[in-house]
Amino acid sequence: MKFASSPLLSQRLPAWRARLLLLGFLAAFAGLAGWSLYLQGFNSGFLQEKGALRYSRVLELSATRGRIMDRNGNVLAVSTPVKSIWAIPEDARLQPAQANALAALLEMDVRELQHKLASDRDFVFVKRQIPPDVADKVAALNLPGIHDQREYRRYYPAAEMSAHMLGFTGADDIGQEGVELALEKTLAGKAGSRRVIKDRRGQVIEDVESIRAPQDGKDVLLALDDKIQYLAYASLRQTIADSHAKAGGIVVLDAKSGEVLALVNLPTYNPNNRVKLSGAQLRNRALTDTFEPGSTMKPFTAALALDKGKYLVDTPIQTAPGWLTIGNATIHDSEAHGVLTVAQVIQKSSNIGAAKMALSFKPEEMWTMLDSLGFGSPLKLGFPGEVGGRLRPYKNWRPIEQATMAYGNGISVTLMQLARAYLVFARNGDLLPLSLTRLDSPPLAGKPIFTEQTAHEVRAMLEMVVMPGGTAPKAKVAGYRVAGKTGTAHKVEGGIYVNHYVASFVGFAPASDPRLVIAVMIDEPSGGSYYGGDVAAPVFSRVMAGSLRALGVEQDAPPMQAAVAVAPAKESM
Amino acid sequence: MLRNLWQRLVAPIDPPLMALAALLLGYALLVLASASPERLASQALNMLVALVVMRLVAQVPPQKMMHFALPVFVIGVLLLIAVALFGDISKGARRWLNIGFMRIQPSEIMKIAMPLMLAWYFQRHETTLRLREYAVATLVLVLPVGLIAKQPDLGTAILVFAAGCYVIFLAGLSWKVIAGLFVAACASAPLAWSLLRDYQKSRILTLLDPESDPLGKGFHIIQSTIAIGSGGIFGKGWGQGTQAQLEFIPERHTDFIFAVLSEELGLIGITVLLALYALLIGRGLMIAANAPTMFTRLLAGSITLIFFTYAFVNMGMVSGILPVVGVPLPFISYGGTALVTLFLGIGILMSIHRHRMLVQQ
Repeated sequence: MKFASSPLLSQRLPAWRARLLLLGFLAAFAGLAGWSLYLQGFNSGFLQEKGALRYSRVLELSATRGRIMDRNGNVLAVSTPVKSIWAIPEDARLQPAQANALAALLEMDVRELQHKLASDRDFVFVKRQIPPDVADKVAALNLPGIHDQREYRRYYPAAEMSAHMLGFTGADDIGQEGVELALEKTLAGKAGSRRVIKDRRGQVIEDVESIRAPQDGKDVLLALDDKIQYLAYASLRQTIADSHAKAGGIVVLDAKSGEVLALVNLPTYNPNNRVKLSGAQLRNRALTDTFEPGSTMKPFTAALALDKGKYLVDTPIQTAPGWLTIGNATIHDSEAHGVLTVAQVIQKSSNIGAAKMALSFKPEEMWTMLDSLGFGSPLKLGFPGEVGGRLRPYKNWRPIEQATMAYGNGISVTLMQLARAYLVFARNGDLLPLSLTRLDSPPLAGKPIFTEQTAHEVRAMLEMVVMPGGTAPKAKVAGYRVAGKTGTAHKVEGGIYVNHYVASFVGFAPASDPRLVIAVMIDEPSGGSYYGGDVAAPVFSRVMAGSLRALGVEQDAPPMQAAVAVAPAKESM
Repeated sequence: MLRNLWQRLVAPIDPPLMALAALLLGYALLVLASASPERLASQALNMLVALVVMRLVAQVPPQKMMHFALPVFVIGVLLLIAVALFGDISKGARRWLNIGFMRIQPSEIMKIAMPLMLAWYFQRHETTLRLREYAVATLVLVLPVGLIAKQPDLGTAILVFAAGCYVIFLAGLSWKVIAGLFVAACASAPLAWSLLRDYQKSRILTLLDPESDPLGKGFHIIQSTIAIGSGGIFGKGWGQGTQAQLEFIPERHTDFIFAVLSEELGLIGITVLLALYALLIGRGLMIAANAPTMFTRLLAGSITLIFFTYAFVNMGMVSGILPVVGVPLPFISYGGTALVTLFLGIGILMSIHRHRMLVQQ
């Protein structure tokens, strides 16, 4: 059998074989050329697009977030440029000396650094938000695989003082709490974008074109007054420490404009360092926590009674013998007062007097009054977690409920709602919307709730509260006529009244032409007295005195005479 | 005197081969200067070494080469066995042998030793070529190829196997046997498939559908196909390739340098490269056709076809029509070892051409 063509006869390559190979080789090259032609001649557009997808990137150019300032232009929140150091671990093969130098600059442990660089991910942050000059030093080391990127860090110069008012932004520079969230649209600005060419490592090689220039966020002028905010913060803090209270809040409003001049909650936190934050610290209590207002509701009951013409300021009301049975429930005064005028009901804070007035209203009338004062629905200031409090529909009211609501039980409010409702007495019976930002011109008139006459009559009653014989002589302010009302209420826990208290005081001054409304709330005072007149009124007095002076408000009272030692009236709960 | 020395220096050199090789080297430097400028100097040095090797080999007469055939082959096989036993492992493969002062890659030696050995063997049995001789030749072929494939180094194994097959084919194996083997090969394909390693299988599967794993195994193929296609007819211009310069092409100075060339110089650049290869191979086949003895004929033919195989496998893999195996683009890719082997081959071709008359007379 012949397995091969005879090579003996051939001194040359077997012709057919050589030609076949030549043919095969030419065919293969022609195939390659054809395939290249297919890719480059017919598909090049498509493949170029796919290629561009790999290097062409649209880069976000972050806009600088607007500053937040108080009404006088003092900066409360500002974005400062910082840098973050990141690495591609695969590229970052550092010599021990290089690693040591980097760790020293970043003030971190070398082992921690090396642990991060040993990651098998493509991208790790080595250290975030460091000062730009440190980042420049890192860049000067010229280490392989180590890069930086520009970021912004929000800084709050007032730290704890204005934390709840301002809130804070998250890592991505978006407002998460407080004004930062409420005014996010104004502050945020619009990120711009550029088209750039990046290599496989993500380094920008070339800046191609600007698609949209970044628009920096706008600065915001708050209604807040830095000085008043400080007074409020310091006073509240002192009182909470002295009375061993669990928490507290204070709100200062401009009676002329409805602007929020101060808002403090305690406990608070430092927005510049939010590690280990607790929920209690974060709570913006003045807006998110409701409490039974107690006696601070009585002036509204009296106002409605006067407004409806059923009572006059001096209409006598029998409050003896100190208790009153409605249906199968009994309500009490702290002591038997006998016959009181409407004004005295407020001054002495008689539950029975308030209840008797309330029982003369139709439930709908009373509900409409409370609803139009803003109780039962959130203020919608834009803060997260704002609540409306409890105001049940009047159709289900029983007489006992109507009677207790007259003195602030069975209804719940936030401190901000309460402060705003007192605008009707500080003004001529009209109610303004609140404003977090500074208003260029105050609104002319608000929504009328009570008649001007009623407002003035109740204001006069509220002045008596602060006078000797009232429940809150400690609220008085030297040189000014002050009006206000104390509140002391049992806390409700799980639907039942417990032996913890919320002490409050809401008032305004100067009484002749009110400028400021201040509401103070002390949660669970436990060092001695728990009455609003003892715990909350002094805070009111201190903040009011300092604020009026700071604003240069004209005095409307003769210099105080020597203090007359008269025991304050005891408030009913 | 100086003229005389020059005469002696260039005497063994075949001008057409030299010219084509020089053009290819120049082209290589041009592409490398764009793909990886920092390696230019070291590659120029590699080229110099390769040219010296070529010149030295070119003056060795084919008869002398025959003396080396068996010893070189045996040493090569022994080294391959040594690699299998004591070789260094790098990147998951056992390819290198540490011999104290340097590391060598014995599989590279086989690319030349294999055709040398088989050509010598067929020459020796020129008058009595029967089934037995082809069977022996097949054994001689399969043993080292098996060792190389086991390292694993599929690219080199394929090249060495191809080199051996060319010799056997050119030696005149009967068409019937070839047809029989072809049928057998097809029939045993499933078996061969089962012997492949997982990563080798996945490379073949990826070829059929690169988009199935665009970030993993398909990455190389997709990137290089995009680069080639983006070049268009005229290319993006030297140094202007976005995919190449922005490091989207993997191994852009070695195995995937063809993608860089295609992107920057376009279809024109590819055509020039293919033309240079075709002329070089044509010259090689011409030398083979005119070779006087069976040994020289088989050796020259097989070496020339190896050049072709090198080029085809690399370009095919980079442009996505063949699976990815580690074969550099001949003359163009960065790297000294492959270049020296190539010029060893050129040197042998030159020697065969120069001594074509001497033997016949």
